[in-house]
Amino acid sequence: MYGYVGKILRVNLTDKVTTVEDLDEKLARKFIGGRGLATKMFADEVDPNINPFDEANKMIIATGPLTGTPTPTGGRYMVVTKSPLTGTIASSNSGGYWGPELKFAGYDMIILEGKSKEPCYLMIEDDKVEFRDASHVWGKVVSETTKQLETEAPEKSRILAIGPAGENLSKMAAIMNDYDRAAGRSGVGAVMGSKNLKAIVVRGSGKVEVADKEQLKAVVRDCNKKIRENGVTGQGLPAYGTAVLVNIINENGVFPTNNFQEAQFDKAEDTSGELLAEKYLVRKDPCYRCPIGCGRHCKVGDIEGGGPEYETIWAFGGDCGIDDLEEIIKANYWCNEMGIDTISVGATIACGMELYQKGYIKDADLDGVPLEFGNAKAIVEWTKRIGMREGLGDKMSEGSYRLADSYGVPELSMTVKKQEIPAYDPRAIQGQGLQYATSNRGGCHVRGYLISPEILGLPEKLDRFSLEGKAAWVKIFQDFTAFIDSSGLCLFTSFAMGAPDYAAMYNAVIGAEFDANDVLHAGDRIWNIERIFNLAAGVDPSQDTLPKRLLEDPIPSGPSKGNVARLSELLPEYYELRKWSTDGIPTDECKKELDL
Amino acid sequence: MEVKVKLFATLRDGRGKIVYIPFFDGITPAYILKHLNIRHEDVAILLVNGRDGEFEQKLLEEDYLSIFPPVGGG
Repeated sequence: MYGYVGKILRVNLTDKVTTVEDLDEKLARKFIGGRGLATKMFADEVDPNINPFDEANKMIIATGPLTGTPTPTGGRYMVVTKSPLTGTIASSNSGGYWGPELKFAGYDMIILEGKSKEPCYLMIEDDKVEFRDASHVWGKVVSETTKQLETEAPEKSRILAIGPAGENLSKMAAIMNDYDRAAGRSGVGAVMGSKNLKAIVVRGSGKVEVADKEQLKAVVRDCNKKIRENGVTGQGLPAYGTAVLVNIINENGVFPTNNFQEAQFDKAEDTSGELLAEKYLVRKDPCYRCPIGCGRHCKVGDIEGGGPEYETIWAFGGDCGIDDLEEIIKANYWCNEMGIDTISVGATIACGMELYQKGYIKDADLDGVPLEFGNAKAIVEWTKRIGMREGLGDKMSEGSYRLADSYGVPELSMTVKKQEIPAYDPRAIQGQGLQYATSNRGGCHVRGYLISPEILGLPEKLDRFSLEGKAAWVKIFQDFTAFIDSSGLCLFTSFAMGAPDYAAMYNAVIGAEFDANDVLHAGDRIWNIERIFNLAAGVDPSQDTLPKRLLEDPIPSGPSKGNVARLSELLPEYYELRKWSTDGIPTDECKKELDL
Repeated sequence: MEVKVKLFATLRDGRGKIVYIPFFDGITPAYILKHLNIRHEDVAILLVNGRDGEFEQKLLEEDYLSIFPPVGGG
């Protein structure tokens, strides 16, 4: 078997038993790996109506066939489970070095089942798998946990862990690996916490076999060249990281400010990627075999660590009306330590600030740290309180939807399917709005990054205000992304590469004969199994929508003034292109075409 | 009157963050780029008043430009 290493590690946490199963190669080829294969297997094994914290909920941590190969950025893994935040399928993706190490240990994926009675961690060294007591690291932040477990593990082991937020079942908890890379979204860390599993340490001595080494060498050389020569992947992202978007998005007037009450922040420059690079960047921090190296390592005083990303700067910055980049870097640091999603936490604090502004949250609830837009001192303190579920932080730990709903105003939560929408105001980026509304894991920018054509002009420039052709672009981007996420590569490669490039790499690694259409077809299939799971889980198509504010209240000022998201004009066309019924259900024809 | 030109990322090197160019009737972004010694191929995003602009469009008094090199995504 090529690309895949051919084994699945099944871990029963209740009985402390592990078994090794053969990977079904036919199934793997049909669903590629990572996000696709894990979702298919999860949907086959788990009742879609399960409570995400029930011990019968499972969690699959899956690599792709290109993970651990010489392909550029071939180091991703995906966490698939049922999300406690959204009730949909969760699939959260992370880079770093942990994913390849799992394959070097001989496993394509781990299936976690049941629930340990006491805190434990898993030590995997090739075919030796041990359950170990984790009581000494339970309650510890991610860096302390990782440092401690490093002393108990073979040299060069890679460590994936949850922080206090995961233990405390915050619905925004992340899974962290290699200290500060995050499978960030949809509360996957809380599912791991609910199983009393603190960490997975892995060390492998094997390698991934590929079908055609010479062919792969040529294809990788070609793809690396494209990445190096592309302005975004060759210059912009290496120099500034994703944070360079602060000024781009703000200049376009689509930088959500004060919980989406405005769409331009007059102090954005003070939180920009340019400033981050000039004053706080210590070094780049690239993931496994990444020629881009967008990862940042920044320092403020004695706080030092990975990030912040653009979305993080936006969430704690403009969305909270805050222009203090040092406090934003600190808030990012504490999210990494707590093991919690920076986007959802920042956006939940922003929602809390609007609830305070409008009088729903009272001073008496705040223990001396006002949730006021612009109060930079609030973001670090409230991040910690959310991670630890202290005071009002307990309610906020459930995410902005449940927070706002508890005051009877869920419309003040800027979420889709209860997950916080990231850093691009869809009222004046129409394709992105449709993408948010139809994302299978709720509000998310990386299920189809329409910002690329609508703002950045890649692969071509689209008019962001126009509806023309947008439904088709959204479908293609979603399908294409589903393939990339399943392959084990990073989505950022797609700024420089197209479907034929991915097909060429996939073919050389596993020995297939894919063309660009096969890539999109496989992605379409993956998109539909996610959709079918969500429908079975009771997430009905009426939830393919956006917050009322974005549909009804025009952007009040700036370059995008006067626009609302025209979702109702795009959704029917999108359903039709997907071959779904007019009410959003995959038709028999659709399922037949996709062999589902 | 002057046209305000906001530069970003590497385009700031040796030029600064904001440059003001004297306005004249018929001034275009192309003229301004030439004046600032910025090649068209180094411009990935050209905004006039926050909206997509054209190199050859005639600018009006009060217009401002935002110019980005090929930079990034997130």
